[in-house]
Amino acid sequence: MLPFLLRRVGVMILTALTLSFVVFSLTNLAPNLEKLARTEGSVRMTDDAVLSWIENNGHGGLMVTRYGQWLGVVPGWVRTDDRGVTRGRCITRDVTAEAAPRYCGILQGDWGTSTVFREPVSKTIADKLGATGWLMMWVMLVMVPVSLIIGVLSGMREGSRTDRVLSTFAIATTATPEYVSGVILVVIFASATTGISPLLAEWGWISGRTLFLGTATSATDKITFWNFALPVMTIALYGIGYIARMTRASMTEVMTQQYIRTARLKGVAFHQVILKHALRNALIAPFTVIMLQFPWLLNGVVIVETLFNYKGFGWTLVQAAGNNDIQLLLACSVVAVFVVLVTQLISDVGYVFLNPRIRLS
Amino acid sequence: MTDWDPSKPILEIENLSISFFTRLREIPAVMDFSCTVMPGESMGLVGESGCGKSTVALAVMRDLGKNGRITGGSIKFKGRDLTHMTEDELRHIRGSEIAMIYQEPMASLNPAMRVGDQLAEVPMIHQAMARADALKLARQIIADVRLPDPDRILRAYPHQLSGGQQQRIVIAMALMAKPALLILDEPTTALDVTVEAGIVDLVKDLGSKYGTSMLFISHNLGLILDVCDRLCVMYSGEAVETGNVTQVFDKMRHPYTQALFRSIPLPGADKNTHPLIAIPGNFPLPHERPTGCNFGPRCDYFLDGTCNTGDIPMDPVPTHDRHATRCLRWKDIDWDAPAKVGKVTEKLPRGRLVLKMDDLKKYYAVSSGAFGGGAEKVVKANESLSFEAHENETLAIVGESGCGKSTFAKVLMGLETATSGQIMLFDENVQDTPIQARNTDTVSKLQMVFQNPFDTLNPSMTVGRQIIRALEIFQKGTDDADRVERMLVLLDMVKLPRAFADRMPRQLSGGQKQRVGIARAFAGGAKVVVADEPVSALDVSVQAAVTDLLMDIQRENHTTLLFISHDLSIVRYLSDRVMVMYLGHVVELGTTDQVFAPPYHPYTEALLSAVPIADTRVKKRRIVLEGDIPSAMNPPPGCPFQTRCRWKTQVPGGLCDTVLPPVQVLAGGHQIKCHLSAEALAGMEPVITIAAE
Repeated sequence: MLPFLLRRVGVMILTALTLSFVVFSLTNLAPNLEKLARTEGSVRMTDDAVLSWIENNGHGGLMVTRYGQWLGVVPGWVRTDDRGVTRGRCITRDVTAEAAPRYCGILQGDWGTSTVFREPVSKTIADKLGATGWLMMWVMLVMVPVSLIIGVLSGMREGSRTDRVLSTFAIATTATPEYVSGVILVVIFASATTGISPLLAEWGWISGRTLFLGTATSATDKITFWNFALPVMTIALYGIGYIARMTRASMTEVMTQQYIRTARLKGVAFHQVILKHALRNALIAPFTVIMLQFPWLLNGVVIVETLFNYKGFGWTLVQAAGNNDIQLLLACSVVAVFVVLVTQLISDVGYVFLNPRIRLS
Repeated sequence: MTDWDPSKPILEIENLSISFFTRLREIPAVMDFSCTVMPGESMGLVGESGCGKSTVALAVMRDLGKNGRITGGSIKFKGRDLTHMTEDELRHIRGSEIAMIYQEPMASLNPAMRVGDQLAEVPMIHQAMARADALKLARQIIADVRLPDPDRILRAYPHQLSGGQQQRIVIAMALMAKPALLILDEPTTALDVTVEAGIVDLVKDLGSKYGTSMLFISHNLGLILDVCDRLCVMYSGEAVETGNVTQVFDKMRHPYTQALFRSIPLPGADKNTHPLIAIPGNFPLPHERPTGCNFGPRCDYFLDGTCNTGDIPMDPVPTHDRHATRCLRWKDIDWDAPAKVGKVTEKLPRGRLVLKMDDLKKYYAVSSGAFGGGAEKVVKANESLSFEAHENETLAIVGESGCGKSTFAKVLMGLETATSGQIMLFDENVQDTPIQARNTDTVSKLQMVFQNPFDTLNPSMTVGRQIIRALEIFQKGTDDADRVERMLVLLDMVKLPRAFADRMPRQLSGGQKQRVGIARAFAGGAKVVVADEPVSALDVSVQAAVTDLLMDIQRENHTTLLFISHDLSIVRYLSDRVMVMYLGHVVELGTTDQVFAPPYHPYTEALLSAVPIADTRVKKRRIVLEGDIPSAMNPPPGCPFQTRCRWKTQVPGGLCDTVLPPVQVLAGGHQIKCHLSAEALAGMEPVITIAAE
């Protein structure tokens, strides 16, 4: 097991380096830097002034060198300008030029400063990831059990009425993108003029104007059912359909296997056949799919967090991209890459434990 | 079950009819089937694939699936009619009173559940036994089915056991509740012959020990003779003949039974003087059955106006023991008339040397461990293979799974390259040339006929197109018109109607597909043909025809045929020389007569003894090998066969444990790789003797 893990971690690091370099190159293209110069410096800078700003702020030179600096394996740039002020990558307001370390990249824990939020990127990312973490946790708690139950129920008797009803539901939800289902949910549950809220308010069943809150901003401070249910449902619905379909396919296949017949013909009752014989075998395939949902969730939250104005990772990503916040964008990408790779590792290792026959090599 | 009288039949099937319903039509699978199984009796159900024998078994279990329905008749188990039972009542009977053993042991065991739990489940359900007690019982039954180290096996997952061990577990599972009736559906078809012999012995012993009645389903007449007291021959959904085994075998009263026996290679059959008599025509599809006798169109005794007018009832044969036949003319047929001998042919003289293997070795490196890594191990798939093959000659390569016969074929074909040694094909060294690097001429001269005709034809290309494609690849023919003509000639050669050129593979039966495979192999005028189990996936009546076809083509083209097989009956019938392989070694090599008569290599002796022969005159010495074939990854030191050899004690000084035996060359060039002294070998007795008539 250990050699396998070491090899996988090695490959992961290599993948992370390659991907982050690609993202770094794309975010540090000349037009981006020019835009950065104009927002940080002055909008009315001449082209020459832009070039010198870029040069003076450490954005000149080879892409590889800059990437090395960002990573923290190449000494950060230091430049003394005409006025004798020494500035550098590692020199900030709190750290003088003399005391500044030679290296300051993400390896040293220095993720740079966000130009949008005017605070260290590491702090922004930590805060927003925490917020998104809560959202993801609730989505998973809703999505996984519901989708597995739907999948197993519809897969255990292929072609039955239960199967057809549940399959229709699953296909409908997975065919509806979040920006559609989110809007529909808001219209039905969280609008003062349409849906069920006006009726309920009229009957006096709810004290506020809407049943659910249309925004999840307040959930940043305190999560309640009323401010969180809609964003969670919006993300979960899509995943429920998808995982349920996977589980159903896997379940129907397992149900035709000979060992299920063996179990049936040794007198095992139907529900026991499902629980003891079919379930574990049927869950092997969806497990991988569920693990794949984590990276997908990370992107899926972009739409939902923007829609419900919940200040999490997705919302931050939108802000960073929209405002050309290079450092923040880079950090977001690194986090995303990291999440993808780690969940894949967990998925591979877990697969071996679920399926005693499998051998990885 | 207190009101059941043990002198009454345990299973009584009366006029059972089963149909499967599709959207288009009702397909009758079994019609008017009756049979009776008495307590302690074992009943055999024989027939070719599609004859409905498994459907009967599943009907007894009432597990016909969504589309299958019992449309008439009754199945009485201990006097109670199973056809009218509710799911709940059935559940109490399944597993506790009627248990089933399946064809594919690997597929029949839950891969994600430990063997112990799967076994313990049975008494936990039916006798509400506590888990600990159930596991204790499971341990005892595992010992009963003669598996070593029961504690380890209880904790093992199915994939950690060998095929033979898995089948023993399936048997153990069936015996957990001491059922009154055991249904065995081709229980040994997926296993090797020596393993099969062990399982058959076990089933017989357990049957007599527990007094269990058995319904034994098989296509193998030899096995039925070994195991059963009575049998029922099925053809196209009907029972055509039923009776006790010796009477049906020796005094059959149905033309199909007779034809079946004449088409299987029994001792005495010979490709030149006593060729097999294939049953003409094809098995009728369920919706294309003729009126009257289903076997009519293929029957030698068919009489127009009698056999094709109406339903034919079972007719009891007087003076015989519960013997009945579904034939109107059985009284008119002279059953003792000798079979018309087919065309007798001359044995071809042995031609020039075409293939020579010299000390061929093929090793594979594999790693162990769940996450890769682990120790690198070397699998020695082929160890020092040396032999020659001549023109006109059929060389059979015999051995069980894992003996290296398929690896040898791959190396010869160029799908793998040899680790060391030489292969001389005609005048060319080909051991290091992969197939991509061989020139068209070499490739077309050396071709292969594959085991499974169902998977080896492209499903989306017509038969004619596939043969033409082969011709194109072999650069035969001048233009398209010429190639079409050649293709039609090839179809003639394999005795398929020319109209088949436009058919898709799915429209062909298994035997017809295999003929297409043969036509394709011979498209480039192959001189050496490797036939890898070419008939083992086919039904017995078709096997004879395909075998004969191969022989005919060989005679015409002077082909060298390398016939890879595990079926010794067919090997004895058609081969000139036989090479026996075990764990990558050639353990015996000689002419067919030399190999099938003493002195034997100890492994050949056991192999011969294990093959079931459907002939009541044959007396066999029973030699059952203990244990399984060792893994090629971890072969025993010294002689590869020493772990299972019953002669080992006769070799002094423990030579077998330490030294690889040398090849002894006996009279007539007969080679045996064994430490036994010449006297010990000479003192061996024949395994198979045919009682004088």
